[in-house]
Amino acid sequence: MNLAQFLAGRLAKGIVVLFAIAVLNFFLIRAAPGDPAQVLAGEAGAADEQLLIQLRERFGLDQPLLTQLWVYLKGYLTFDLGFSYRQQQTVLSLILDRLPATLLLTGAAFLVSLGLGVLMGALAARRAGRWQDSVITTLALVFYATPLFWVALMSQIVFSLKLGLVPNVGYESIGANYTGLARALDIASHLVLPALTLGLFFTALYARMMRASMLEVAGADFVKTARAKGLSPGVISRRHVARNAILPVVTLAGLQAGQLVGGAVLTETVFAWPGIGRLMFDALVQRDYSVLLGVFFISSAMVVGFNILTDIVYRLADPRIEAVS
Amino acid sequence: MTGLRLGLALAASVLALGVAQAQTPTPKKGGTVHVVVQPEPPMLMQGLNQNGPTNMVAGNIYESLLRYNEKLEPQPSLAKSWEISPDAKVYTFKLQEGVTWHDGKPFTADDVVFTLDKFLREVHPRWRPIVNAQVEKIEKVDDLTVTITLKQPFGPLIMTQEVASAPMIPKHIYDGTDYRANPANNTPIGTGPFKLKEWKKGSYIHLVKNENYWLKGKPNLDEIYWQIIPDAAARAVAYETGKVDVLTGGSVDVYDVARLAKLPNTCMTTKGWEMFAPHAWLTPNVRNGILGNKQFRQGLMYAIDREFGREVVWGGLGKLPTGPISSKTKFYSSDVPLYAFDPKKAKELIKASGYKGETIRLLNLPYGETWTRWTEAIKQNLEDVGVKVQVENTDVPGWTQKASNWDFDLNFNFLYQLGDPAMGVARSYITSNIAKGNPFANVGGYSNPEVDKLFAEAAIAPTDKERQELYTKVQKLLADELPVLWLLEMDFPTIYRCNVKNLVTTGIGVDDGFRDAWKE
Repeated sequence: MNLAQFLAGRLAKGIVVLFAIAVLNFFLIRAAPGDPAQVLAGEAGAADEQLLIQLRERFGLDQPLLTQLWVYLKGYLTFDLGFSYRQQQTVLSLILDRLPATLLLTGAAFLVSLGLGVLMGALAARRAGRWQDSVITTLALVFYATPLFWVALMSQIVFSLKLGLVPNVGYESIGANYTGLARALDIASHLVLPALTLGLFFTALYARMMRASMLEVAGADFVKTARAKGLSPGVISRRHVARNAILPVVTLAGLQAGQLVGGAVLTETVFAWPGIGRLMFDALVQRDYSVLLGVFFISSAMVVGFNILTDIVYRLADPRIEAVS
Repeated sequence: MTGLRLGLALAASVLALGVAQAQTPTPKKGGTVHVVVQPEPPMLMQGLNQNGPTNMVAGNIYESLLRYNEKLEPQPSLAKSWEISPDAKVYTFKLQEGVTWHDGKPFTADDVVFTLDKFLREVHPRWRPIVNAQVEKIEKVDDLTVTITLKQPFGPLIMTQEVASAPMIPKHIYDGTDYRANPANNTPIGTGPFKLKEWKKGSYIHLVKNENYWLKGKPNLDEIYWQIIPDAAARAVAYETGKVDVLTGGSVDVYDVARLAKLPNTCMTTKGWEMFAPHAWLTPNVRNGILGNKQFRQGLMYAIDREFGREVVWGGLGKLPTGPISSKTKFYSSDVPLYAFDPKKAKELIKASGYKGETIRLLNLPYGETWTRWTEAIKQNLEDVGVKVQVENTDVPGWTQKASNWDFDLNFNFLYQLGDPAMGVARSYITSNIAKGNPFANVGGYSNPEVDKLFAEAAIAPTDKERQELYTKVQKLLADELPVLWLLEMDFPTIYRCNVKNLVTTGIGVDDGFRDAWKE
């Protein structure tokens, strides 16, 4: 089966999956108690029957459920993600407003964790059983086991409050009106804590996986052969071991990449990072259905997309893998 | 009476002015203040939305006819002066001269009539019942004069013109449009001291000085940034590292308040909430079996260590209430039966009520850790006197739905008093307000014709003295009957840098405080 056929098959499947997800999401969020009109009225501390009727009519909630489903699906078929009456903005513009901040954060965390994790794992494997290995595996265990919100708050207290090195919250210095390079540096300084916090967990995962996988490959026959023909340990590690050991890491990276859009709710909340994760969380507690469905949809599309991409990367990393669909 | 009231109001404001000038140095011009707003408001069009955070920001963009000082006395705002006819049925408001909207169009009596008679009547859940029940007509006399004619005397009317309750809306932008779909909702146009410059969703709201503000020399500040920081602990660190200057009421955890208040150059005040005077209580669902029994409810009241709640759970903030009306507002009476913490007496009353060990479902209010701790403390109190309690947790929409649909045995809530018992108090106890769909209605289902009658008469009694007599009676009656178990007159402290001056000077605090605030 050639790559084009493989891709077409995967895409077709992906679309079916997305459709099923869209329908499922719709019913899932309706199962949660309350609705956006009730939430708005509740927040205002005052409400009467007429206000609720007005709001439900505005949100389209007075229509039968199946009509609402149809309106929603019809919109999606024409790439219209709907309108948030709560925020008086289209869902697409809300998401696009937040997308750059989220991609910057998750992208930075992705690169940091992948780079650092692979490096740490490879180093630990080469020094297996020695003190370097112990230090790295212990660190990885600590990163892996520490709750994200605790790391987030502690890093704020230590690095912002006590040491005054970097700002604790936000995307940039509000009201400073920096431009050009000054603005880039300002954003970068705000990015440090959230990106590291978000990256820690995956760093640990990559490091552990890389180490285990390298040790496994290191015992294989072709490595013995390489050693027998007199190659230096460094070359064996890089050329023969690492390249074969990287496959599980690619799988994991594919999973993490799928979460680039929606996977940073907690980090974005604690660091007041104006991204999609917070948009989604706020929409959830406000029962802002259209926004929630929009973010769900974009996130699922990302997951489906990155799964396909991962499969392609597999084929490149290891040509022996047959794409059987 | 009219002349006297007006005279007193004027005298009071002149006096207040004199005192203020004697005490404070001349305000400095310019400067930027960073303020925390939590959570992010859904919109800033105050006529359509009156959420707490909306009011905090939009109350500095929009204005109403009157303002209220910390004693809840009406002060001039867009109305320069006002007169009440001898029969207390006609209110005449004279408007300020030279007021313009942020888009440059003049503000006139037409806007006032449009706002009160059309716009707010259609969309505002608090103004609608008042205008429909009490007001006969709202008329323009000339460009700068408006009269409101009542069907019968209604003393509380003078308390209804606070900016969240009756913000003035520009007629030229909204008349004839679908209000809730008007694109101008994203670019609010008011008459207030600040204008919306930019709203970066998820990050901040930027307000800038209105250069053409009608009150010459105001505002003093150039800019306000309202920052959106969703995590309470991160907000505290943001204040400590200097990112924000003002932590508005309720924006940091109770246990952080005392620590933050001790920081250098830090001031704290619990003022600025007099108009709202949040009153917290437990609502028993009197439809549900034993909760309909007065003795049982009294037993619960004796069983709850309310002072522990105030001192420990709320960090010593607030005051124990004695009845339905907050001691911070008018018409409060302390002549009521009191309930000291007394588990022995509680046990006796609960036994006498015929309680047979049914499980009572206690619905926690999902507004953060403090409420959860309070729920746990009260569960402990009740179990100590032999009442079986099962705590129910949910999120905010879930709570709203359960409370609105009467799906609870005991439910936490806190309501604003809104300056007058006719607006903020009666709604929780009168029969006509037993309606599903609204968590702030009479959700417990208590109904007593005598209470209904007293509240109805008190609302329209012509003089304050007569109103006080009726409210004193109803407070005494309710404190015996306990339709709800009052727990706390809540305080929401505002923490700010001491060099931000004159921030809290009115009955709604920061909500309209930036008109007069300045930075040293």
